[in-house]
Amino acid sequence: MASLTRDDVAHVAALARLELTEEELDTFTGQLAKVLDHAADVEALDTEGVPPTSHPLPLRNVLRADEPRPSLERDEVLAAAPSVEDQRFRVPPVLGEAP
Amino acid sequence: MSDATVLSALEVARSVRAGERTAVEVVQQHLEAIAGREGDIHAFNAVHDRDAHLAAEHLDRRIADGGDPGPLAGVPVALKDNLCTRGLPTTCSSRILEGWRPPYDATVVERLAAAGAIAIGKTNLDEFAMGSSTENSAFGPTRNPHDLSRVPGGSSGGSAAAVAAGFAPLALGSDTGGSIRQPASFCGVVGVKPTYGLVSRYGLIAFASSLDQIGPFAPTVADAATLLEVIAGHDPMDSTSIDQPSPELVRHLGEGVDGLRVGVVRELMGEGIEPDVRARVTAAAEALAAAGATVEETSVPAVSLGVSAYYLIAPAEASSNLARYDGVRYGLRVDAPTTPAMNLATRTAGFGDEVKRRIMLGTFALSAGYYDAYYGKAQQVRTLIIRDFTAAYDSFDLLLAPTTPSTAFPFGAKTDDPLAMYLSDVCTIPSNLSGDPAMSVPFGSGADGLPVGVQLLAPALQEVTMFRAAAVLEDAMAGEVGA
Repeated sequence: MASLTRDDVAHVAALARLELTEEELDTFTGQLAKVLDHAADVEALDTEGVPPTSHPLPLRNVLRADEPRPSLERDEVLAAAPSVEDQRFRVPPVLGEAP
Repeated sequence: MSDATVLSALEVARSVRAGERTAVEVVQQHLEAIAGREGDIHAFNAVHDRDAHLAAEHLDRRIADGGDPGPLAGVPVALKDNLCTRGLPTTCSSRILEGWRPPYDATVVERLAAAGAIAIGKTNLDEFAMGSSTENSAFGPTRNPHDLSRVPGGSSGGSAAAVAAGFAPLALGSDTGGSIRQPASFCGVVGVKPTYGLVSRYGLIAFASSLDQIGPFAPTVADAATLLEVIAGHDPMDSTSIDQPSPELVRHLGEGVDGLRVGVVRELMGEGIEPDVRARVTAAAEALAAAGATVEETSVPAVSLGVSAYYLIAPAEASSNLARYDGVRYGLRVDAPTTPAMNLATRTAGFGDEVKRRIMLGTFALSAGYYDAYYGKAQQVRTLIIRDFTAAYDSFDLLLAPTTPSTAFPFGAKTDDPLAMYLSDVCTIPSNLSGDPAMSVPFGSGADGLPVGVQLLAPALQEVTMFRAAAVLEDAMAGEVGA
Protein backbone atom coordinates (compact mmCIF):
# COMPACT_ATOMS: atom_id res chain seq x y z
CA MET A 1 0.00 0.00 0.00
CA ALA A 2 1.54 3.24 -1.12
CA SER A 3 0.88 5.87 1.51
CA LEU A 4 0.25 9.38 0.31
CA THR A 5 2.87 11.96 1.19
CA ARG A 6 2.75 15.73 1.34
CA ASP A 7 4.99 15.81 -1.75
CA ASP A 8 2.55 13.58 -3.64
CA VAL A 9 -0.30 15.99 -2.86
CA ALA A 10 1.79 18.99 -3.92
CA HIS A 11 2.60 17.15 -7.13
CA VAL A 12 -1.00 16.23 -8.03
CA ALA A 13 -2.15 19.74 -7.12
CA ALA A 14 0.34 21.16 -9.60
CA LEU A 15 -0.77 18.67 -12.27
CA ALA A 16 -4.39 19.70 -11.64
CA ARG A 17 -3.51 23.44 -11.80
CA LEU A 18 -4.36 24.10 -8.17
CA GLU A 19 -2.25 26.06 -5.72
CA LEU A 20 -2.34 25.00 -2.07
CA THR A 21 -1.20 26.87 1.02
CA GLU A 22 1.09 25.04 3.49
CA GLU A 23 -1.89 24.57 5.79
CA GLU A 24 -4.08 23.22 2.99
CA LEU A 25 -1.32 20.80 2.04
CA ASP A 26 -1.37 19.35 5.55
CA THR A 27 -5.16 19.09 5.70
CA PHE A 28 -5.60 17.58 2.25
CA THR A 29 -2.73 15.11 2.75
CA GLY A 30 -4.40 13.74 5.89
CA GLN A 31 -7.84 13.60 4.34
CA LEU A 32 -6.79 12.06 1.02
CA ALA A 33 -4.57 9.49 2.76
CA LYS A 34 -7.59 8.41 4.82
CA VAL A 35 -9.71 7.94 1.70
CA LEU A 36 -6.94 6.00 -0.06
CA ASP A 37 -6.45 3.83 3.03
CA HIS A 38 -10.13 2.95 2.80
CA ALA A 39 -9.60 2.04 -0.85
CA ALA A 40 -7.00 -0.52 0.26
CA ASP A 41 -9.75 -3.17 0.11
CA VAL A 42 -9.92 -2.60 -3.63
CA GLU A 43 -6.16 -2.43 -4.04
CA ALA A 44 -5.69 -5.72 -2.14
CA LEU A 45 -8.33 -7.62 -4.10
CA ASP A 46 -7.28 -10.42 -6.44
CA THR A 47 -8.89 -9.40 -9.71
CA GLU A 48 -6.81 -11.60 -11.99
CA GLY A 49 -8.70 -12.14 -15.23
CA VAL A 50 -11.55 -9.74 -14.40
CA PRO A 51 -12.11 -7.37 -17.32
CA PRO A 52 -12.45 -3.67 -16.40
CA THR A 53 -15.74 -1.81 -16.89
CA SER A 54 -15.30 1.81 -17.83
CA HIS A 55 -18.91 2.49 -18.69
CA PRO A 56 -22.30 0.88 -17.97
CA LEU A 57 -23.30 0.92 -21.65
CA PRO A 58 -21.41 -0.59 -24.55
CA LEU A 59 -20.21 2.65 -26.12
CA ARG A 60 -20.33 3.06 -29.85
CA ASN A 61 -19.67 5.93 -32.16
CA VAL A 62 -22.75 7.94 -33.06
CA LEU A 63 -22.76 9.68 -36.42
CA ARG A 64 -25.29 11.89 -38.12
CA ALA A 65 -25.61 12.84 -41.74
CA ASP A 66 -22.96 15.38 -42.72
CA GLU A 67 -25.31 18.26 -43.37
CA PRO A 68 -24.54 21.85 -42.45
CA ARG A 69 -26.77 23.27 -39.74
CA PRO A 70 -26.68 26.23 -37.40
CA SER A 71 -24.36 26.02 -34.41
CA LEU A 72 -24.49 28.07 -31.22
CA GLU A 73 -24.74 31.82 -31.75
CA ARG A 74 -21.18 33.16 -31.82
CA ASP A 75 -22.08 36.41 -30.05
CA GLU A 76 -23.94 34.54 -27.34
CA VAL A 77 -20.96 32.26 -26.73
CA LEU A 78 -18.44 35.11 -26.73
CA ALA A 79 -20.66 37.13 -24.39
CA ALA A 80 -19.94 34.54 -21.68
CA ALA A 81 -16.17 34.86 -22.01
CA PRO A 82 -14.13 36.90 -19.50
CA SER A 83 -12.21 38.64 -22.29
CA VAL A 84 -12.80 38.88 -26.03
CA GLU A 85 -11.07 40.60 -28.92
CA ASP A 86 -11.89 40.52 -32.65
CA GLN A 87 -14.53 37.76 -32.20
CA ARG A 88 -12.03 35.54 -30.38
CA PHE A 89 -11.31 34.51 -26.80
CA ARG A 90 -8.51 36.69 -25.48
CA VAL A 91 -5.87 35.21 -23.16
CA PRO A 92 -2.63 36.49 -21.62
CA PRO A 93 0.64 35.33 -23.23
CA VAL A 94 0.99 31.55 -23.12
CA LEU A 95 4.80 31.65 -23.12
CA GLY A 96 6.72 34.20 -21.12
CA GLU A 97 5.55 37.49 -19.62
CA ALA A 98 3.40 40.14 -21.23
CA PRO A 99 5.53 42.76 -22.99
CA MET B 1 -42.30 19.23 10.93
CA SER B 2 -43.10 20.73 7.60
CA ASP B 3 -46.42 22.58 7.59
CA ALA B 4 -46.44 23.25 3.84
CA THR B 5 -49.28 22.07 1.66
CA VAL B 6 -47.51 19.78 -0.77
CA LEU B 7 -49.66 19.57 -3.87
CA SER B 8 -49.58 16.56 -6.16
CA ALA B 9 -48.31 17.44 -9.63
CA LEU B 10 -51.00 15.32 -11.27
CA GLU B 11 -53.72 17.15 -9.32
CA VAL B 12 -52.26 20.51 -10.35
CA ALA B 13 -52.05 19.48 -14.02
CA ARG B 14 -55.56 18.01 -13.97
CA SER B 15 -57.08 21.17 -12.50
CA VAL B 16 -55.25 23.43 -14.95
CA ARG B 17 -56.27 21.28 -17.90
CA ALA B 18 -59.88 21.28 -16.66
CA GLY B 19 -59.86 25.06 -16.39
CA GLU B 20 -60.50 24.99 -12.62
CA ARG B 21 -57.50 27.25 -12.08
CA THR B 22 -55.06 29.03 -14.30
CA ALA B 23 -51.36 28.32 -14.60
CA VAL B 24 -50.77 31.89 -13.44
CA GLU B 25 -52.68 31.17 -10.21
CA VAL B 26 -50.67 27.99 -9.66
CA VAL B 27 -47.37 29.79 -10.16
CA GLN B 28 -48.49 32.64 -7.88
CA GLN B 29 -49.44 30.17 -5.13
CA HIS B 30 -46.02 28.52 -5.27
CA LEU B 31 -44.15 31.83 -5.39
CA GLU B 32 -46.03 32.76 -2.20
CA ALA B 33 -44.99 29.49 -0.57
CA ILE B 34 -41.40 30.27 -1.57
CA ALA B 35 -41.66 33.83 -0.23
CA GLY B 36 -42.90 32.41 3.08
CA ARG B 37 -40.13 29.94 3.91
CA GLU B 38 -37.25 30.29 1.44
CA GLY B 39 -35.44 32.61 3.85
CA ASP B 40 -35.18 29.69 6.32
CA ILE B 41 -34.59 26.88 3.84
CA HIS B 42 -32.52 28.37 0.97
CA ALA B 43 -33.60 25.74 -1.55
CA PHE B 44 -32.92 28.02 -4.52
CA ASN B 45 -29.93 29.73 -6.07
CA ALA B 46 -32.39 31.69 -8.23
CA VAL B 47 -36.18 31.96 -8.36
CA HIS B 48 -37.45 32.73 -11.87
CA ASP B 49 -40.54 34.64 -10.78
CA ARG B 50 -40.80 36.80 -13.89
CA ASP B 51 -40.00 34.06 -16.43
CA ALA B 52 -42.32 31.61 -14.65
CA HIS B 53 -45.11 34.16 -14.77
CA LEU B 54 -44.60 34.77 -18.49
CA ALA B 55 -44.52 31.03 -19.21
CA ALA B 56 -47.74 30.57 -17.22
CA GLU B 57 -49.49 33.38 -19.10
CA HIS B 58 -48.36 31.82 -22.36
CA LEU B 59 -49.74 28.43 -21.27
CA ASP B 60 -53.06 29.94 -20.18
CA ARG B 61 -53.44 31.51 -23.62
CA ARG B 62 -52.66 28.16 -25.24
CA ILE B 63 -55.42 26.53 -23.15
CA ALA B 64 -57.86 29.36 -23.93
CA ASP B 65 -57.15 28.82 -27.64
CA GLY B 66 -58.03 25.14 -27.28
CA GLY B 67 -54.45 23.86 -27.58
CA ASP B 68 -53.15 20.80 -25.73
CA PRO B 69 -51.29 22.14 -22.69
CA GLY B 70 -49.42 18.85 -22.09
CA PRO B 71 -49.36 16.29 -19.28
CA LEU B 72 -47.65 18.66 -16.81
CA ALA B 73 -49.81 21.69 -17.64
CA GLY B 74 -48.98 24.55 -15.30
CA VAL B 75 -46.90 22.43 -12.91
CA PRO B 76 -43.97 24.36 -11.43
CA VAL B 77 -40.71 22.41 -11.58
CA ALA B 78 -37.53 23.29 -9.68
CA LEU B 79 -34.31 22.55 -11.59
CA LYS B 80 -31.02 21.60 -10.02
CA ASP B 81 -28.56 24.37 -10.82
CA ASN B 82 -26.30 22.07 -12.85
CA LEU B 83 -28.89 21.88 -15.65
CA CYS B 84 -28.36 24.40 -18.43
CA THR B 85 -31.10 26.98 -18.90
CA ARG B 86 -30.68 29.29 -21.88
CA GLY B 87 -30.05 32.88 -20.84
CA LEU B 88 -30.59 32.11 -17.14
CA PRO B 89 -27.68 31.80 -14.68
CA THR B 90 -26.39 28.26 -14.17
CA THR B 91 -23.80 28.05 -11.43
CA CYS B 92 -23.34 24.47 -10.14
CA SER B 93 -23.19 26.35 -6.81
CA SER B 94 -19.61 27.26 -7.70
CA ARG B 95 -17.81 30.59 -7.80
CA ILE B 96 -16.11 29.45 -10.98
CA LEU B 97 -19.43 29.59 -12.89
CA GLU B 98 -21.03 32.51 -11.05
CA GLY B 99 -22.92 34.72 -13.50
CA TRP B 100 -22.65 32.29 -16.43
CA ARG B 101 -25.69 32.16 -18.73
CA PRO B 102 -25.71 29.09 -20.98
CA PRO B 103 -26.41 29.60 -24.67
CA TYR B 104 -28.70 26.54 -24.77
CA ASP B 105 -31.26 24.56 -22.77
CA ALA B 106 -30.65 21.03 -21.47
CA THR B 107 -32.80 18.45 -23.28
CA VAL B 108 -34.78 17.77 -20.08
CA VAL B 109 -35.54 21.49 -19.77
CA GLU B 110 -36.88 21.56 -23.34
CA ARG B 111 -38.99 18.45 -22.71
CA LEU B 112 -40.47 19.92 -19.54
CA ALA B 113 -41.51 23.09 -21.38
CA ALA B 114 -43.06 21.02 -24.17
CA ALA B 115 -45.07 19.11 -21.54
CA GLY B 116 -46.52 22.35 -20.12
CA ALA B 117 -44.36 22.47 -16.99
CA ILE B 118 -43.12 25.82 -15.68
CA ALA B 119 -39.47 26.15 -14.63
CA ILE B 120 -39.74 28.07 -11.35
CA GLY B 121 -36.08 28.33 -10.36
CA LYS B 122 -32.65 26.78 -10.01
CA THR B 123 -31.96 24.83 -6.85
CA ASN B 124 -28.94 24.77 -4.59
CA LEU B 125 -26.52 21.83 -4.62
CA ASP B 126 -23.16 20.71 -3.34
CA GLU B 127 -20.64 22.41 -5.64
CA PHE B 128 -20.51 20.52 -8.94
CA ALA B 129 -22.79 17.89 -7.33
CA MET B 130 -19.98 16.71 -5.04
CA GLY B 131 -21.30 16.03 -1.58
CA SER B 132 -23.96 14.39 0.55
CA SER B 133 -25.31 17.32 2.54
CA THR B 134 -25.54 20.50 0.38
CA GLU B 135 -23.06 22.06 2.83
CA ASN B 136 -20.49 22.38 0.03
CA SER B 137 -22.39 25.05 -1.91
CA ALA B 138 -20.44 28.27 -2.51
CA PHE B 139 -23.70 30.12 -1.83
CA GLY B 140 -24.48 28.65 1.60
CA PRO B 141 -26.26 25.48 2.72
CA THR B 142 -29.86 24.41 2.19
CA ARG B 143 -31.81 23.41 5.32
CA ASN B 144 -34.05 20.38 5.76
CA PRO B 145 -37.71 21.53 5.76
CA HIS B 146 -38.53 18.89 8.40
CA ASP B 147 -35.89 20.20 10.84
CA LEU B 148 -33.88 23.33 10.07
CA SER B 149 -30.94 22.12 12.18
CA ARG B 150 -30.46 19.15 9.83
CA VAL B 151 -29.00 18.82 6.35
CA PRO B 152 -31.37 18.09 3.46
CA GLY B 153 -28.90 15.56 2.05
CA GLY B 154 -26.98 16.08 -1.13
CA SER B 155 -25.98 16.84 -3.63
CA SER B 156 -29.51 17.63 -4.92
CA GLY B 157 -30.50 18.98 -1.49
CA GLY B 158 -32.13 22.11 -2.89
CA SER B 159 -34.38 20.10 -5.22
CA ALA B 160 -35.44 17.68 -2.47
CA ALA B 161 -36.11 20.52 -0.04
CA ALA B 162 -38.08 22.48 -2.68
CA VAL B 163 -40.52 19.57 -3.11
CA ALA B 164 -40.71 18.79 0.62
CA ALA B 165 -41.42 22.44 1.46
CA GLY B 166 -44.17 22.75 -1.16
CA PHE B 167 -42.17 25.25 -3.24
CA ALA B 168 -42.76 23.15 -6.38
CA PRO B 169 -44.65 19.87 -6.86
CA LEU B 170 -41.77 18.50 -8.92
CA ALA B 171 -38.02 18.91 -9.16
CA LEU B 172 -35.14 17.49 -11.16
CA GLY B 173 -31.84 16.43 -9.68
CA SER B 174 -28.80 14.47 -10.80
CA ASP B 175 -27.53 11.27 -9.20
CA THR B 176 -23.86 10.27 -9.49
CA GLY B 177 -23.49 8.28 -6.26
CA GLY B 178 -26.92 8.75 -4.70
CA SER B 179 -27.43 12.49 -5.09
CA ILE B 180 -31.16 12.12 -5.82
CA ARG B 181 -32.07 9.16 -3.61
CA GLN B 182 -30.20 10.23 -0.46
CA PRO B 183 -31.74 13.75 -0.21
CA ALA B 184 -35.14 12.30 -1.18
CA SER B 185 -34.82 9.97 1.81
CA PHE B 186 -33.73 12.78 4.17
CA CYS B 187 -36.55 15.09 3.02
CA GLY B 188 -39.35 12.50 2.83
CA VAL B 189 -40.07 12.62 -0.90
CA VAL B 190 -39.84 10.16 -3.81
CA GLY B 191 -36.52 10.27 -5.69
CA VAL B 192 -35.56 8.24 -8.76
CA LYS B 193 -32.27 7.42 -10.47
CA PRO B 194 -33.29 5.97 -13.84
CA THR B 195 -31.30 3.42 -15.85
CA TYR B 196 -28.10 5.06 -17.14
CA GLY B 197 -28.87 6.37 -20.64
CA LEU B 198 -32.66 6.46 -20.25
CA VAL B 199 -32.64 10.24 -19.72
CA SER B 200 -30.49 12.47 -21.90
CA ARG B 201 -27.58 14.17 -20.15
CA TYR B 202 -27.29 16.86 -22.84
CA GLY B 203 -27.04 20.13 -20.91
CA LEU B 204 -26.28 18.48 -17.57
CA ILE B 205 -22.94 19.88 -16.44
CA ALA B 206 -20.74 16.80 -16.17
CA PHE B 207 -19.35 15.52 -12.86
CA ALA B 208 -18.56 11.83 -13.57
CA SER B 209 -19.97 11.10 -16.99
CA SER B 210 -20.24 7.32 -16.74
CA LEU B 211 -22.24 7.59 -13.50
CA ASP B 212 -24.33 10.80 -13.78
CA GLN B 213 -28.04 10.44 -14.44
CA ILE B 214 -30.84 13.02 -14.25
CA GLY B 215 -34.01 12.02 -12.41
CA PRO B 216 -37.19 13.20 -10.69
CA PHE B 217 -38.20 14.29 -7.20
CA ALA B 218 -41.92 14.22 -6.43
CA PRO B 219 -44.35 14.01 -3.52
CA THR B 220 -45.98 10.84 -4.90
CA VAL B 221 -44.94 7.79 -6.90
CA ALA B 222 -47.42 8.63 -9.70
CA ASP B 223 -46.02 12.16 -9.96
CA ALA B 224 -42.47 10.80 -10.23
CA ALA B 225 -43.60 8.33 -12.89
CA THR B 226 -45.27 11.10 -14.90
CA LEU B 227 -42.19 13.31 -14.73
CA LEU B 228 -39.88 10.46 -15.74
CA GLU B 229 -42.10 9.64 -18.74
CA VAL B 230 -41.82 13.27 -19.85
CA ILE B 231 -38.02 13.50 -19.65
CA ALA B 232 -37.02 9.95 -20.75
CA GLY B 233 -36.50 8.68 -24.29
CA HIS B 234 -33.82 8.83 -26.93
CA ASP B 235 -31.95 12.07 -27.64
CA PRO B 236 -29.55 12.34 -30.58
CA MET B 237 -27.68 15.10 -28.71
CA ASP B 238 -26.35 12.58 -26.13
CA SER B 239 -24.22 9.78 -27.57
CA THR B 240 -24.92 7.64 -24.47
CA SER B 241 -28.69 7.99 -24.79
CA ILE B 242 -30.41 4.60 -25.13
CA ASP B 243 -32.20 4.30 -28.47
CA GLN B 244 -35.61 3.48 -27.02
CA PRO B 245 -38.85 5.36 -26.48
CA SER B 246 -39.85 6.57 -23.02
CA PRO B 247 -41.30 3.75 -20.87
CA GLU B 248 -45.02 3.64 -20.00
CA LEU B 249 -44.90 3.81 -16.24
CA VAL B 250 -48.14 5.44 -15.10
CA ARG B 251 -50.33 2.95 -16.98
CA HIS B 252 -48.80 0.02 -15.04
CA LEU B 253 -48.60 1.61 -11.59
CA GLY B 254 -51.62 -0.20 -10.17
CA GLU B 255 -50.56 -3.69 -11.18
CA GLY B 256 -49.20 -4.60 -7.74
CA VAL B 257 -46.42 -7.01 -6.85
CA ASP B 258 -48.30 -10.32 -6.68
CA GLY B 259 -45.89 -13.04 -7.76
CA LEU B 260 -42.81 -10.79 -7.86
CA ARG B 261 -39.62 -11.99 -6.17
CA VAL B 262 -37.94 -9.40 -3.95
CA GLY B 263 -34.48 -9.83 -2.42
CA VAL B 264 -33.39 -7.87 0.66
CA VAL B 265 -29.68 -7.08 0.30
CA ARG B 266 -27.93 -8.56 3.37
CA GLU B 267 -24.72 -6.54 2.92
CA LEU B 268 -26.67 -3.27 3.20
CA MET B 269 -28.62 -4.28 6.33
CA GLY B 270 -25.75 -4.86 8.76
CA GLU B 271 -23.24 -2.83 10.71
CA GLY B 272 -23.33 0.91 10.10
CA ILE B 273 -27.04 1.00 9.34
CA GLU B 274 -29.09 2.58 12.15
CA PRO B 275 -31.50 0.10 13.77
CA ASP B 276 -34.59 2.20 13.11
CA VAL B 277 -33.67 2.54 9.43
CA ARG B 278 -33.25 -1.24 9.28
CA ALA B 279 -36.64 -1.63 10.96
CA ARG B 280 -38.33 0.45 8.28
CA VAL B 281 -36.76 -1.68 5.51
CA THR B 282 -38.05 -4.79 7.29
CA ALA B 283 -41.50 -3.19 7.49
CA ALA B 284 -41.33 -2.44 3.75
CA ALA B 285 -40.38 -6.06 3.07
CA GLU B 286 -43.42 -7.16 5.08
CA ALA B 287 -45.67 -4.77 3.15
CA LEU B 288 -44.46 -6.19 -0.18
CA ALA B 289 -44.96 -9.73 1.12
CA ALA B 290 -48.47 -8.86 2.29
CA ALA B 291 -49.20 -7.64 -1.24
CA GLY B 292 -48.24 -11.02 -2.67
CA ALA B 293 -44.49 -10.75 -3.36
CA THR B 294 -42.05 -13.44 -2.31
CA VAL B 295 -39.50 -11.72 -0.10
CA GLU B 296 -36.19 -13.31 0.90
CA GLU B 297 -32.84 -12.16 2.18
CA THR B 298 -30.11 -12.36 -0.45
CA SER B 299 -26.44 -11.62 -0.82
CA VAL B 300 -24.79 -9.22 -3.29
CA PRO B 301 -21.25 -9.42 -1.86
CA ALA B 302 -19.42 -6.94 -4.11
CA VAL B 303 -21.66 -4.01 -3.09
CA SER B 304 -19.46 -3.65 -0.01
CA LEU B 305 -16.63 -2.58 -2.34
CA GLY B 306 -18.76 0.12 -3.93
CA VAL B 307 -17.62 3.14 -1.92
CA SER B 308 -13.93 2.40 -2.50
CA ALA B 309 -14.38 1.86 -6.23
CA TYR B 310 -16.59 4.92 -6.56
CA TYR B 311 -14.15 7.27 -4.83
CA LEU B 312 -11.47 6.27 -7.32
CA ILE B 313 -13.64 6.26 -10.47
CA ALA B 314 -15.83 9.33 -9.87
CA PRO B 315 -12.97 11.70 -8.96
CA ALA B 316 -10.94 10.38 -11.91
CA GLU B 317 -13.74 11.34 -14.29
CA ALA B 318 -14.31 14.60 -12.41
CA SER B 319 -10.65 15.61 -12.66
CA SER B 320 -10.93 15.22 -16.42
CA ASN B 321 -14.33 16.95 -16.76
CA LEU B 322 -13.34 19.89 -14.57
CA ALA B 323 -10.21 20.59 -16.60
CA ARG B 324 -12.44 22.75 -18.82
CA TYR B 325 -12.66 25.46 -16.13
CA ASP B 326 -9.56 27.33 -17.18
CA GLY B 327 -10.75 30.94 -17.20
CA VAL B 328 -10.69 31.20 -20.99
CA ARG B 329 -14.18 30.70 -22.40
CA TYR B 330 -16.68 31.24 -19.56
CA GLY B 331 -17.02 31.84 -15.87
CA LEU B 332 -14.47 33.28 -13.51
CA ARG B 333 -11.06 34.59 -14.60
CA VAL B 334 -8.42 35.75 -12.16
CA ASP B 335 -5.98 37.91 -14.08
CA ALA B 336 -2.30 36.95 -14.20
CA PRO B 337 0.61 37.81 -16.53
CA THR B 338 0.60 34.48 -18.41
CA THR B 339 -2.06 31.94 -19.37
CA PRO B 340 -0.69 29.12 -17.16
CA ALA B 341 -0.57 31.52 -14.21
CA MET B 342 -4.12 32.70 -15.04
CA ASN B 343 -5.34 29.06 -15.20
CA LEU B 344 -3.77 28.33 -11.81
CA ALA B 345 -5.09 31.48 -10.11
CA THR B 346 -8.58 31.03 -11.57
CA ARG B 347 -8.98 27.40 -10.53
CA THR B 348 -7.47 28.02 -7.10
CA ALA B 349 -9.90 30.88 -6.41
CA GLY B 350 -12.90 29.35 -8.18
CA PHE B 351 -13.17 25.84 -6.73
CA GLY B 352 -14.19 25.00 -3.18
CA ASP B 353 -12.41 22.50 -0.92
CA GLU B 354 -14.50 19.42 -1.74
CA VAL B 355 -14.05 19.95 -5.47
CA LYS B 356 -10.30 20.41 -4.99
CA ARG B 357 -10.17 17.23 -2.88
CA ARG B 358 -11.85 15.20 -5.60
CA ILE B 359 -9.82 16.68 -8.43
CA MET B 360 -6.64 15.75 -6.56
CA LEU B 361 -7.93 12.29 -5.67
CA GLY B 362 -8.77 11.70 -9.33
CA THR B 363 -5.50 13.11 -10.60
CA PHE B 364 -3.67 10.80 -8.18
CA ALA B 365 -5.72 7.71 -9.14
CA LEU B 366 -4.92 8.35 -12.81
CA SER B 367 -1.25 9.23 -12.36
CA ALA B 368 1.61 7.13 -13.66
CA GLY B 369 2.61 4.40 -11.22
CA TYR B 370 -0.75 4.36 -9.45
CA TYR B 371 -3.17 3.93 -12.36
CA ASP B 372 -3.20 0.11 -12.29
CA ALA B 373 -3.40 -0.17 -8.50
CA TYR B 374 -6.25 2.32 -8.12
CA TYR B 375 -8.20 3.29 -11.24
CA GLY B 376 -7.69 0.03 -13.11
CA LYS B 377 -8.55 -2.02 -10.02
CA ALA B 378 -11.66 0.08 -9.37
CA GLN B 379 -12.87 -0.58 -12.90
CA GLN B 380 -12.46 -4.32 -12.32
CA VAL B 381 -14.46 -3.99 -9.09
CA ARG B 382 -17.15 -2.33 -11.17
CA THR B 383 -17.31 -5.53 -13.22
CA LEU B 384 -17.60 -7.60 -10.01
CA ILE B 385 -20.51 -5.45 -8.81
CA ILE B 386 -22.29 -5.83 -12.15
CA ARG B 387 -21.75 -9.61 -12.02
CA ASP B 388 -23.17 -9.86 -8.50
CA PHE B 389 -26.23 -7.80 -9.43
CA THR B 390 -26.76 -9.92 -12.55
CA ALA B 391 -26.60 -13.07 -10.43
CA ALA B 392 -29.09 -11.63 -7.94
CA TYR B 393 -31.48 -10.70 -10.73
CA ASP B 394 -31.47 -14.34 -11.89
CA SER B 395 -33.42 -15.11 -8.73
CA PHE B 396 -35.16 -11.80 -8.00
CA ASP B 397 -37.18 -9.20 -9.93
CA LEU B 398 -36.28 -6.43 -7.49
CA LEU B 399 -33.92 -5.77 -4.62
CA LEU B 400 -34.76 -3.89 -1.44
CA ALA B 401 -32.31 -1.98 0.79
CA PRO B 402 -32.08 1.14 2.92
CA THR B 403 -31.51 4.35 0.94
CA THR B 404 -29.19 5.76 3.58
CA PRO B 405 -27.63 4.40 6.79
CA SER B 406 -29.27 7.11 8.94
CA THR B 407 -31.86 9.86 8.93
CA ALA B 408 -30.80 13.45 8.15
CA PHE B 409 -27.74 14.40 10.20
CA PRO B 410 -27.06 17.81 11.81
CA PHE B 411 -25.02 20.49 10.04
CA GLY B 412 -21.29 20.15 10.53
CA ALA B 413 -21.48 16.52 11.69
CA LYS B 414 -19.29 15.21 8.86
CA THR B 415 -17.73 18.30 7.28
CA ASP B 416 -14.23 17.75 8.69
CA ASP B 417 -14.18 14.06 7.86
CA PRO B 418 -14.64 13.49 4.12
CA LEU B 419 -14.46 9.70 4.49
CA ALA B 420 -17.38 9.69 6.97
CA MET B 421 -19.36 11.82 4.51
CA TYR B 422 -18.46 9.47 1.63
CA LEU B 423 -19.61 6.42 3.61
CA SER B 424 -23.11 7.88 3.90
CA ASP B 425 -23.59 6.90 0.24
CA VAL B 426 -22.78 3.21 0.79
CA CYS B 427 -26.29 2.01 -0.11
CA THR B 428 -26.79 4.15 -3.20
CA ILE B 429 -23.39 3.97 -4.93
CA PRO B 430 -23.56 0.36 -6.25
CA SER B 431 -26.36 1.06 -8.74
CA ASN B 432 -24.50 4.06 -10.16
CA LEU B 433 -21.55 1.77 -10.84
CA SER B 434 -23.82 -0.82 -12.49
CA GLY B 435 -25.99 1.71 -14.32
CA ASP B 436 -29.18 0.05 -13.06
CA PRO B 437 -32.23 2.01 -11.90
CA ALA B 438 -33.04 2.60 -8.23
CA MET B 439 -35.41 4.80 -6.27
CA SER B 440 -36.08 5.98 -2.75
CA VAL B 441 -39.65 5.83 -1.45
CA PRO B 442 -40.61 7.53 1.83
CA PHE B 443 -41.58 4.85 4.33
CA GLY B 444 -42.28 6.41 7.69
CA SER B 445 -39.83 7.91 10.13
CA GLY B 446 -37.07 7.06 12.56
CA ALA B 447 -37.09 7.38 16.35
CA ASP B 448 -36.08 11.05 15.87
CA GLY B 449 -39.26 11.70 13.88
CA LEU B 450 -37.30 12.38 10.68
CA PRO B 451 -38.21 10.77 7.35
CA VAL B 452 -36.78 7.38 6.34
CA GLY B 453 -36.65 6.26 2.73
CA VAL B 454 -36.40 2.68 1.54
CA GLN B 455 -34.63 1.86 -1.69
CA LEU B 456 -35.92 -0.30 -4.53
CA LEU B 457 -33.35 -1.52 -7.07
CA ALA B 458 -34.12 -3.12 -10.42
CA PRO B 459 -32.28 -4.51 -13.45
CA ALA B 460 -31.56 -2.11 -16.32
CA LEU B 461 -34.69 -0.74 -18.01
CA GLN B 462 -37.05 -2.47 -15.56
CA GLU B 463 -38.40 0.84 -14.21
CA VAL B 464 -41.97 -0.41 -14.64
CA THR B 465 -41.50 -3.19 -12.07
CA MET B 466 -39.71 -0.81 -9.70
CA PHE B 467 -42.52 1.75 -9.85
CA ARG B 468 -45.20 -0.95 -9.31
CA ALA B 469 -43.49 -1.93 -6.05
CA ALA B 470 -43.07 1.73 -5.09
CA ALA B 471 -46.82 2.26 -5.52
CA VAL B 472 -47.50 -0.71 -3.23
CA LEU B 473 -45.20 0.75 -0.56
CA GLU B 474 -46.89 4.14 -0.87
CA ASP B 475 -50.33 2.53 -0.39
CA ALA B 476 -49.07 0.53 2.58
CA MET B 477 -47.71 3.72 4.16
CA ALA B 478 -51.02 5.53 3.64
CA GLY B 479 -52.71 2.59 5.39
CA GLU B 480 -50.20 2.67 8.25
CA VAL B 481 -50.72 6.41 8.77
CA GLY B 482 -54.48 6.12 8.43
CA ALA B 483 -54.71 3.17 10.84
